[in-house]
Amino acid sequence: MNKIYLDNAATTFVRREVADKMLSYFTDCYGNASSVYSTGRDAKKAIEDARRQVAKALNCQAAEVFFTSGGTESDNWAIKGAALANADKGKHIISSTIEHHAVLHTLEFLQKQGYEVTYVKVDEFGMVDPEDVRSAIREDTVLITIMAANNEIGTIQPISEIGRIARERKVLFHTDAVQAIGAIPVDVEEMGVDLLSLSAHKFYGPKGVGALYVRKGVRLEPLMHGGAQERGRRAGTENVPGIIGLGAAIEIAALKQKENAARIAALRDDLQQSILENIPEVRLNGHPVNRLPNNLNISVKYIEGEALLLMLDLAGIAGSSGSACTSGSLDPSHVLLAIGLPHEIAHGSLRLTLSEDTTREEIDEVKRVLPQIVQRLREMSPLYEKENHHVH
Amino acid sequence: MYTDKVMDHFSNPRNIGSLENPSGVGEVGNARCGDIMKIYIKVENNIITDARFKTFGCGAAIATSSMATEMVKGKTLEEALNLTNKVVTEALGGLPNEKLHCSVLAEEAIHAAIADYREKQKSS
Ligand code: FES
Repeated sequence: MNKIYLDNAATTFVRREVADKMLSYFTDCYGNASSVYSTGRDAKKAIEDARRQVAKALNCQAAEVFFTSGGTESDNWAIKGAALANADKGKHIISSTIEHHAVLHTLEFLQKQGYEVTYVKVDEFGMVDPEDVRSAIREDTVLITIMAANNEIGTIQPISEIGRIARERKVLFHTDAVQAIGAIPVDVEEMGVDLLSLSAHKFYGPKGVGALYVRKGVRLEPLMHGGAQERGRRAGTENVPGIIGLGAAIEIAALKQKENAARIAALRDDLQQSILENIPEVRLNGHPVNRLPNNLNISVKYIEGEALLLMLDLAGIAGSSGSACTSGSLDPSHVLLAIGLPHEIAHGSLRLTLSEDTTREEIDEVKRVLPQIVQRLREMSPLYEKENHHVH
Repeated sequence: MYTDKVMDHFSNPRNIGSLENPSGVGEVGNARCGDIMKIYIKVENNIITDARFKTFGCGAAIATSSMATEMVKGKTLEEALNLTNKVVTEALGGLPNEKLHCSVLAEEAIHAAIADYREKQKSS
């Protein structure tokens, strides 16, 4: 059975040409980039090429790009680093209720260290109101951190507007753009951000490597102390193959962004329409228009997400859910609760995220299989029966 | 993460549905994750002759409902009351730790169904 992989918000495959480029940096050009001999110098040069590729994709200077181990480190560094470096100015941070855990848990950590955090609410579509951010700003606010696009429901935030407000009020602005790269245009000038996190494995690059954009002049304490790598701001021997992969992947992602977005969104829209038309009592989560082109998040009433995922897996389809039963912590997704879903509806959520390799045939197969699975699980559900759907 | 036995009972659950004129019905909810299980039993001469279930819950919850209904059939009420979630879980070849609470649901639902039956007996 051919597997249909629709969990690309979790991670993507690595593009063949990206993997090929990385290979020689494991086996041939393996020198330590800090060394003076030629294989080290070659590695160093390749890293600087990758840095330029990232800078070009983000519309910034190469000197403003710092390589990290991924989105989580970038988020941690941006937030803790800015909070620590600016503690003399104040200890107040503004964020939203739907951030990734890499942001939320970092903020919770800072709260324990005496920082104060205001979490602005989102509307039913998961959208932050920039005016809420404006009114949350205080004398002692040192950082605003709002994600560019949400990983669960795909809602794209009004980053440029928030950026203007941040600049007006002279507050640092960080955005977690992990889901945004390759999916929507990302331009640090346009967005008005001072700090931006990204991660290679979300845009057909390797896992374990990411970057943080740090606008020139922004004060940031390092998270990693040690050697002088990354101009003394992020110690640790560079992950050379990973960085090469990230550079190659972001270059292609930026080039193909427009074309990919249009094609993927068309397939997604077709799947969405079919589901909403053919399966009763399904709710679309996230913004109907301002949403990542590959994201489809629905809540299926009366059924539980993990059971739905298992059934889909038996049919060869991989997706994800914000259900409490899949979370380990047994709490439903904080994002789904933040957009106002009651527990039992959040429980029946399903997220399908497409890739640039997703085919029409695959989408047709999901359209065929999903209604049957939903019907099966509903027939097992005591909630379905209660709402007077007659089944025996 | 699930054993083959769990996946078997999940993908081909036994005893799904409800019973016409059940002797007892037990419905319980899981406070931890918000899931619900409902078990119907038919009792003749102190023996459970039939059992059905409906479950709103994860794969483990569905599999344990299926296994538990299988296991109580043919048992006396006393035997059925002694059927612990541990026994049901073992019959399934085990469950991941974070899913053990789901099997408690099945035990509780059976107890509730028997209590409901006894309640009805008293009043009739
Ligand atoms: S029923 Fe919710 S985790 Fe099993």
